[in-house]
Amino acid sequence: MAPVSIEPFLKGDTGRNTRGLLRLIILCTIAGAAVASRLFSVIRFESIIHEFDPWFNFRATKYLVQNGFYSFWDWFDDRTWHPLGRVTGGTLYPGLMVTSGVIYHVLRLLALPVDIRNICVLLAPACSGLTALASYLITSEMTTSPSAGLLAAAFMGITPGYISRSVAGSYDNEAIAIFLLVFTFYLWIKSVKNGSAMWGALTALFYGYMVSAWGGYVFITNLLPLHAFVLICMGRYSPRLYVSYSTWFALGTLASMQVPFVGFLPIRSSEHMSALGVFGLLQLVAFVEFIRQQVPNKQFQTLLRALILVVFAVSVGGLVLLTISGVIAPWSGRFYSLWDTGYAKIHIPIIASVSEHQPTAWPAFFFDLNLLIWLFPAGVYMCFQQLKDEHVFVVIYAVLASYFAGVMVRLMLTLTPVVCIAAALALSSILDTYLVAAAPEPSSEVNGQPAGDSTKAVALAVQDSLRSTRRPVLGIYSYLSKALVSAVITIYLLLFVLHCTWVTSNAYSSPSVVLASRMPDGSQHIIDDYREAYYWLRQNTPNNAKIMSWWDYGYQIGGMADRPTLVDNNTWNNTHIATVGKAMSSREEVSYPILRQHDVDYVLVVFGALLGYSGDDINKFLWMVRIAEGIWPDEVQEREFFTARGEYKIDDEATPTMRNSLMYKMSYYNYNSLFPPGQAQDRVRGSRLPAEGPQLNTLEEAFTSENWIIRIYKVKDLDNVGRDHASAVAFDKGNKKRKTAKRRGARVLRTE
Amino acid sequence: MAPKRQPASSTLQSQSQSQPQSTATSSLTSAFTPTKPSSSSTAYSSRPNAVTDAQQILDGLWRNYLKETPQRVKLIDTFMAFLVLVGGIQFLYAVVGGNYPFNAFLSGFGATVGQFVLTASLRIQCNPQNRKEFESISHERAFADFVLGSLILHFFCVNFVN
Repeated sequence: MAPVSIEPFLKGDTGRNTRGLLRLIILCTIAGAAVASRLFSVIRFESIIHEFDPWFNFRATKYLVQNGFYSFWDWFDDRTWHPLGRVTGGTLYPGLMVTSGVIYHVLRLLALPVDIRNICVLLAPACSGLTALASYLITSEMTTSPSAGLLAAAFMGITPGYISRSVAGSYDNEAIAIFLLVFTFYLWIKSVKNGSAMWGALTALFYGYMVSAWGGYVFITNLLPLHAFVLICMGRYSPRLYVSYSTWFALGTLASMQVPFVGFLPIRSSEHMSALGVFGLLQLVAFVEFIRQQVPNKQFQTLLRALILVVFAVSVGGLVLLTISGVIAPWSGRFYSLWDTGYAKIHIPIIASVSEHQPTAWPAFFFDLNLLIWLFPAGVYMCFQQLKDEHVFVVIYAVLASYFAGVMVRLMLTLTPVVCIAAALALSSILDTYLVAAAPEPSSEVNGQPAGDSTKAVALAVQDSLRSTRRPVLGIYSYLSKALVSAVITIYLLLFVLHCTWVTSNAYSSPSVVLASRMPDGSQHIIDDYREAYYWLRQNTPNNAKIMSWWDYGYQIGGMADRPTLVDNNTWNNTHIATVGKAMSSREEVSYPILRQHDVDYVLVVFGALLGYSGDDINKFLWMVRIAEGIWPDEVQEREFFTARGEYKIDDEATPTMRNSLMYKMSYYNYNSLFPPGQAQDRVRGSRLPAEGPQLNTLEEAFTSENWIIRIYKVKDLDNVGRDHASAVAFDKGNKKRKTAKRRGARVLRTE
Repeated sequence: MAPKRQPASSTLQSQSQSQPQSTATSSLTSAFTPTKPSSSSTAYSSRPNAVTDAQQILDGLWRNYLKETPQRVKLIDTFMAFLVLVGGIQFLYAVVGGNYPFNAFLSGFGATVGQFVLTASLRIQCNPQNRKEFESISHERAFADFVLGSLILHFFCVNFVN
């Protein structure tokens, strides 16, 4: 009798409530799953901040929590970019730190004293739960089918494309920015649909929050105007569009200017000009519409078109003119590299050197999105079929984001939401068609009759031989096909879940501060060289000892070792980075004055040859050379580091420039003492090293970590007796050798 | 639709007819009649008439506006005109006298533009002709939205003014 007792819950008013409750429970479960699948790294390793950039965010958050908001705002950091320092408060996006600061204080208020580190580690997973919710909301605006939203939420929750930036511990700007992106889009759709200034104002508020959180806000700044512009061009101008867009632009621009780092950019830089242009256009269109209402006249149609064209031409011309004359800042380098993928490689090696700025390899799409990537076009096609204002938005978003994701690996993140939405639309319509147990009502056939007349006529005109065109099928009758399709879809979905879990656990859950390897017996072995070395620095060096390393490790040294660094991952000063690159790639005699001039006390290199850790400095070395060459083309030449056959070698065939460079010497110093003579092996490059290791004169080895991943060298002071370092070392090493040389010389003299 | 078919020669006549007529009869006809002839005239007539035509259009527009618009909406329009004026003065000052405290100029100018836009939104939402576009928004709701938007706007402006 169970069906009877369930019956009243599924029909009528109670039924709606039951379904609402169910939906809520499902959403909560999805959010739970989204959070849970991001916790691999916490469970496997520990609650630790990952990678590079998050360490800076973590350090800034600690500063904010300790010193309060105002001193955070005015923070001048003299412990980075030595000797320049950095106006940190004015050059960061404060949204992330302020968010976790607020959470920290709220929890304190509730007598839940949670460590700030745990808040930072778990912020990204928490936000991913919210993102799932936001994608449910935005998808529900697109379609009437209730399952689409839930599917979108589920996809968004576990897609590797999004997980890649939001596992626990990856405390980066993207952690909250993607939630804000999706939610801002939802509010925008809502405000275009209703034409309500309130939704428009909310869009502006969340847009402002987004601006304070991530530099990727420019995507919204250009997407919303483009949506409005396309709608106008399609002849779909409506007062609703005017209300929502104007409200968003007026409030949103002011909101974005509140962030010191953005400042006057919204009215100065070209990236923001499209929003301004469309705003002006919309005012004109609204004005013309207003007049047309007063004066109903056919001519105004043509007048309107002419006006739009003229104004567009004038504004683009004006924009170009202003850009040329320098009133508006020209497009920034990162932006150019979006249009011309080769641009960065030629002009700005520092941008090209970052791995996440590389163009996407095509398997990455499948790796990150799996079955969604082939459902995506179907979903976009379905949007074309309905093509209401909100569907136009999805189509534009899809086109733009696909392009950008192809250009830069990192922008896969902006593609993921629209892929989830479109795929959910496609899949839900399949499920809605095939999962209905009852056969289609005969009425549908009756319905189809009048509608079918035209199709019939067409079909007759085209060809009579195809059965399907003669009698249009309106629904699925056979249980077999229903069961088959449902089963296949279910299998695909299960595979998707398996794939997502596998990718998350294998590819995206490594903190990259702590490395894991497997012992022969299958047990896990943790390689903790980074923290070992950073802790050594913290314990054994004076508080203001300056550490020089390649910029990748700047934030980690600042965060974990708490020592001043020369350059870090905030790559704002290319020359300073090039200086470090030059010091690394030159001979000791050239490097030593540079080190002295910059007060360097210790030099840190990452060396993976013993362990086979491929992300080490020798592999990054060519970028140092290239960046240094960009500033000093006469002193550092990339060609000199390649052998005559154009190979990058570190063994006997290595060029003298390579073997004399500071980086090479620091990496392989004393390395062959680990092996029997002449057997020294580099496990990353897979080659045998020269029998005789390099000799260091101006630096001395201070620390080498357990697996030799981190090597720290102390810069020697000037010699007490005033000799140069080479002769001092030679003297220390072989008093005897020099004497014998002298003696030999004397003997020669005597024989003559 | 009859007036549309009339030849150009009858323009003046119909124009003179329409004015007394519109004062007496329903507003709907008055909204249409003054303009119809002008369309036909611009369509058929040659150059010399264009200036007078434009004048007629503007004239009809203005008269129509005065007649059609409710008192409250006129109040809103006055406010918008005031904002345009203030914005224009600020802009002129920035061009002539320099925009030295750029923050101050921006927030002042932004406040006028933003307020103008918000008021225009309010006006559009309250326009009975747009009723079917804004089914979910009553006049009270529109006003509440307007207040909310203005509050946010002026908060940002004051925060930005330095």
